[in-house]
Amino acid sequence: MPIFGKTKFSTVNYDKTTPTAAMPSLEDSENPQEGFTKCRSCQSPILIEELEANSSICPKCDFHFPLRAMDRVNSLMTDFEEIDADMQSVNFLGFTGYDKTLTSKQMALDTKDAVVCGFGKIKNQKAGIVVMDFKFMGGSLGSVVGEKITRLVEAATEKRLPVILVTASGGARMQEGCVSLMQMAKTSGALARLANNDLPMICLLTNPTYGGVTASFASLGDIILSEPNALIGFAGARVIETTIKAELPENFQTAEFLVDHGLVDRIVHREQLKDELALILDYVSGKCE
Amino acid sequence: MENFVLEFEKPILELKEKLSEIQEFGETNNIDMAKQVAELEAQIQNKSSEIFGSLSPWQRVQVARHPQRPYALDYLNIFASDFVELKGDRRFGNDEAIIGGFAKLRDGRKVMVIAQQKGRDLKERSLRNFGMAHPEGYRKALRLMQLADKVGCPIITIIDTPGAYPGIASEERHVGEAIAVNLLEMFKLRVPIISVVIGEGGSGGALGIGVANKVLIMENAYYSVISPEGCAGIIWKDGAKAPEAAAAMKISANELLKLDVVDNIVKEPLGGAHKDHEAAANSLYDTITAELNALSELSEKEILDQRYDRFRKIGSFLED
Ligand SMILES: [Zn+2]
Repeated sequence: MPIFGKTKFSTVNYDKTTPTAAMPSLEDSENPQEGFTKCRSCQSPILIEELEANSSICPKCDFHFPLRAMDRVNSLMTDFEEIDADMQSVNFLGFTGYDKTLTSKQMALDTKDAVVCGFGKIKNQKAGIVVMDFKFMGGSLGSVVGEKITRLVEAATEKRLPVILVTASGGARMQEGCVSLMQMAKTSGALARLANNDLPMICLLTNPTYGGVTASFASLGDIILSEPNALIGFAGARVIETTIKAELPENFQTAEFLVDHGLVDRIVHREQLKDELALILDYVSGKCE
Repeated sequence: MENFVLEFEKPILELKEKLSEIQEFGETNNIDMAKQVAELEAQIQNKSSEIFGSLSPWQRVQVARHPQRPYALDYLNIFASDFVELKGDRRFGNDEAIIGGFAKLRDGRKVMVIAQQKGRDLKERSLRNFGMAHPEGYRKALRLMQLADKVGCPIITIIDTPGAYPGIASEERHVGEAIAVNLLEMFKLRVPIISVVIGEGGSGGALGIGVANKVLIMENAYYSVISPEGCAGIIWKDGAKAPEAAAAMKISANELLKLDVVDNIVKEPLGGAHKDHEAAANSLYDTITAELNALSELSEKEILDQRYDRFRKIGSFLED
């Protein structure tokens, strides 16, 4: 007889066949064959339609492909109201090629920048949500991403709502120089005020989460979840290899490695994410009674 | 240590060699060379002004990395005393790349100093890990800053690092998290915080002790989201294009001032801080004390709000 409610009390929350960790591609399709893409983990060709119907999870090996920000929001929330959807980056440093990249990514991806922010309900529980979009310039953190996250967190503080933050980023946006670095401080400042008001923040780290994003809001969740086999770290694996001139341990910087080393609380399969977040929100919204 | 000369400093060095030749010639032959000496000294002055008045961003990076540039302890030894170093993060170990403790400034004012320290010789460089801290360094820094907050002591952080250390142990103990927590917690400190970038302001590793009320930068120091070499490697797949990357990212003091990343530039002696540690330290001391005086007028709430607003306003974007 179960002693702990309906579900069996277990400390293992992920038992599917584990795919091999791999950096996702920034390209939409890696297979010249029309309508197919290639799994970065098991290398199998997959019908794009089939992949999309399967929450962008490889049907062969369970590898979690990056999810577009709005698709993630729709998979989790109802009554979603986006904020600052039209905010755009400007090439204020005059960095060669930045304007062109911005315009072409905006056109190709039908979004203004690398983050979607707003308020909605997860199974009837209100929350603020931030979802980064890896497809847009590697989810890089620049002025727009920093400002939108800061505004969302400030608004959640005002509305007294918890914040869910879904990360996917290679780090800061070099084309905005040191101003992009300062977005790490700006967002952390807003999160300090959220915390001072006893409001919780839940992070979901997805593949990949690196650099300035790891060294700011991604690591600041009261609860840190991750998708299976997501690559997460501060310095990139190649940078570390060149610095220490040695091979990296197996599973280095995977979500599983970070559970073992005490950063990530739980690994959550994409299919279970909505239920899991709803359950956590139920615990952290208001007093435990 | 032997004299280290940068390529663009060579014309100055040549004039200086000529000057000592003339002086020696005058002495050996007992001829009055005063006129020639004065002329050459003026030429050296002009040449230095000309070269250092128009350094390219990449040349400034080289000055910032100059092996004879004053490091944190050199500055502190000139304008501070009674240093009580406090060690360890109470979790794992003591990181020598970031030092910290109580000190008294020249005017007797008590402060908490947190400083990234590079090594001067091989032995110290290895001890200090070239100023590249592990998570323990950031956690120690936070512990000491929270102590300063408790006892009402202003904090001075001295930034000089190529970056946080990219290594296995660093990742296993979550250097990203250590930096992130500092960013958040520094916003809660009720005492004035002044940060100064004295050499290299390398990315998150620099910002990890840089959430201040006032951020100062030495004239030839730089502060950047990624090293110029790293940026060039990613954008142009060619690390040798670092000079272009240094210019494109606008990492020099005068550019950072325009972008509100820094609040004030600290003048260096002609020819760079490495030419005259004493003068560089006096210049830094004057700026720090002026900033501390201004901040001491603010209430705790004003200190907290000013720090928040300072970072809150950074960023450029378009809205309808
Ligand atoms: Zn697969």
